[in-house]
Amino acid sequence: MTTLHETTTNTSAAPPAVPLLELVGVTKTFGAMTANDNIALSIMPGEIHAILGENGAGKSTLMKMIYGVLAPDAGRIRWNGEDVTIRDPAHARRLGIGMVFQHFSLFETLTVAENISLSIDEKPATLAPRIAAIGERFGLPLDPAALVHSLSVGQRQRAEIIRCLLQAPRLIIMDEPTSVLPPSGVAPLFETIRELAAGGCAVLFISHKLEEIRSLCHRATIMRAGKIVGSVDPTAETSESLARLMIGRNVPHPTRRTARPGKDAVLELRDLDHTPNDPFGTRLEKIGLEVRPGEILGIAGVSGNGQREMAALLSGEALLPRAERDRIRIAGVGCGDADAGQRRRMGFAFVPEERNGRGAVPEMSLTLNALLTGHGAGLVRRGFVAQRHARHFAESCISAMNVRCAGPQSEARSLSGGNLQKFIIGREIRLAPKVLVASQPTWGVDVGAAAAIRQELITLRDKGVGILIISEELEELFEVADRLQVLFRGRLSPSLDRAEADTARIGDYMTGGFLSAPSIATAA
Amino acid sequence: MDSLTFLLSGTVLAATPLLIAALGELLVEKSGVLNLSIEGMMALAAATGFIVVTLTGNHWLALLAGAVAAMLLSVVFATVVLIALGNQVAAGIAVGILGLGLSGLIGSPYEGMTVAPMARTPLPFLSDIPVIGPGLFNHPLIIYLAPLAAALLWWMFRSTKLGLVIRAVGESPESAHAVGYDVVRVRFLAVLVGGFMAGIAGAFISVVSSTLWSDGMIAGRGWIVIALVVFAMWRVERVVLGACLFGMAAIAELLVQSMGISAPSQLLTSIPYIATIIAITLLSMDGRRIRLNAPVSLGRVYAGSQ
Repeated sequence: MTTLHETTTNTSAAPPAVPLLELVGVTKTFGAMTANDNIALSIMPGEIHAILGENGAGKSTLMKMIYGVLAPDAGRIRWNGEDVTIRDPAHARRLGIGMVFQHFSLFETLTVAENISLSIDEKPATLAPRIAAIGERFGLPLDPAALVHSLSVGQRQRAEIIRCLLQAPRLIIMDEPTSVLPPSGVAPLFETIRELAAGGCAVLFISHKLEEIRSLCHRATIMRAGKIVGSVDPTAETSESLARLMIGRNVPHPTRRTARPGKDAVLELRDLDHTPNDPFGTRLEKIGLEVRPGEILGIAGVSGNGQREMAALLSGEALLPRAERDRIRIAGVGCGDADAGQRRRMGFAFVPEERNGRGAVPEMSLTLNALLTGHGAGLVRRGFVAQRHARHFAESCISAMNVRCAGPQSEARSLSGGNLQKFIIGREIRLAPKVLVASQPTWGVDVGAAAAIRQELITLRDKGVGILIISEELEELFEVADRLQVLFRGRLSPSLDRAEADTARIGDYMTGGFLSAPSIATAA
Repeated sequence: MDSLTFLLSGTVLAATPLLIAALGELLVEKSGVLNLSIEGMMALAAATGFIVVTLTGNHWLALLAGAVAAMLLSVVFATVVLIALGNQVAAGIAVGILGLGLSGLIGSPYEGMTVAPMARTPLPFLSDIPVIGPGLFNHPLIIYLAPLAAALLWWMFRSTKLGLVIRAVGESPESAHAVGYDVVRVRFLAVLVGGFMAGIAGAFISVVSSTLWSDGMIAGRGWIVIALVVFAMWRVERVVLGACLFGMAAIAELLVQSMGISAPSQLLTSIPYIATIIAITLLSMDGRRIRLNAPVSLGRVYAGSQ
């Protein structure tokens, strides 16, 4: 560490400074796919540098190579002007590279201090005051003795950031850090990042959210399909121009007409209380909602606030006792104790959050995956699979949704996330449901596919289907939903019409603003 | 010897190998590996230990030889599941069968032979306490080491970095790798230590508690050990308690007969196994507690990052 400092002491003074980190011709391939192709990148101390790209553009692979999780096939990495081979994350940390993961690398059954002591050679007891001190300095309050599974997602992120900061890094990699925060949590995080940069720490900020990059970053490197397609000053760009660089064409926006919802609800939840079996789960309290035919109800909220539990109750994976069956009604019929198959026969369709393993069986062909929920639609005769019908059904899902794949015989796992999701949604739509529930329908899906999926959902709505969308992405809900409700700690906010829902109002609800005083103040 | 002394002494003798092997298995499972080959490892160690004590007359050497033999077998298991990424259940059963087979093979010339018992080391003062003293504190030295090992393991998981690392690896190998730990190495070493302890337990049965060799003498105790760890919810203090209970169940046969109650001997012999089934069934009904205590990644293959 000391030698590293010595080599850089002159850099802050002299203008032609040595970049803190420099990548030259870095390439990584997985089988036939080139995840990173000839990447060149250079980051100065104190710089907030955005890596912008869609899912699958190769951002994560690049970060993993910088953090020593993956080894590049070709190319060089220079740290402070010297060639280095980063062997593993421990080596990266010794060099002064820290990483805040998108999917946290925390251990749920350990306390915050114990978690941090795993990365820093120090006892949890002596770490506790340091955690408090650094939390104070950067505005990241956190109880070192708290067990991680009891923390909210935002608090977990704080734990990750503090863990990183305690190692006095020279470069921090942040992988989609705002994706787990409510809107009100973004500004404090940005303050922390600016504070860090002012102290000379470089920050690699990975995101696909354009507004954030424009407001925070000094430079943005844009990746598309494993290649760098541009390096720009984000403050001089518009969101549109950044998006064009990112996806290579104009961003499609779904077209929509005003909803004309029918009268009688196709899906109702009334005063629903539920304690999940999972001790780390969220208890649902007094959940009430109504979806009418021909409208889209969006459920906003940071994930971990009961979305999973609610989706399980809706889909029939978690059942209510018979006496409480009427708390869930499909087309007016109480079905809280009916299993997933029975609910589907009542005209219910469901797109789960996990595509692989829940929405589709990864090892099976698309034809067989079509059977998974489509078996009632004439694909099974007298207990035998009607192969030809099943194949036609799968083919029609593929063509209707423009799924890019080799054909109905291709395995589900061979499809990209976006294409598989299009297939699953196409399958559910073709079952002609009365009500469709979709959980995070475009999570991890590229911008083009996401736009197509949203358009399909709106079209389905116009055909008179009632749709419930549970999503973390506010932009998505603003685009498709006719009404919004917010889930916070297992409680559901009152419904807001599209017109009255704006970021400020929803952001207030996302931090529990609806619980204390149901404010009717006009939004700014 | 009155019957209470007899009960205590018998319980200690029966509980000790269960405790030693279960502590090892607990360590292994905490690191996220399910080692189902305990039975075979104990059997191989029992045969090895018996041979060594027959040849040398040294019980300590026999215990060590048994431990090393079982540890070598655990190298096979660890290589299959951690390096070749084999399925842990299948590999565990296969390696267990291998151990049983090897045990029968090397032990066959010794079938029915007996050896001298291990010298007793009565603990000063404690062994003079009436009834309890001769029951608990008049045993071979190795027996007193078992509770010490339990205390050591308990302390390790509670207050050392090593314990934290093992728990972390067992909960989320991906995260442990991401924060810079060598998951495979931690697990490999855990499996070796677990094998070593299973070996001490196996050799203990042939050279300390029974002092005679007959093929198949482990008689399912390796499986009881695995059940014991689940019964204990992966907590050291409950492993100690569980080992004592199972130890008591194991000598219940003798006890019942000594009380003059007549029952078919097959029924009495099966008491510990029936107790195992009942205990596991009762505990499995509470899935919440299992989820809070069980190592999350238990039995899952960890392929590492590409």
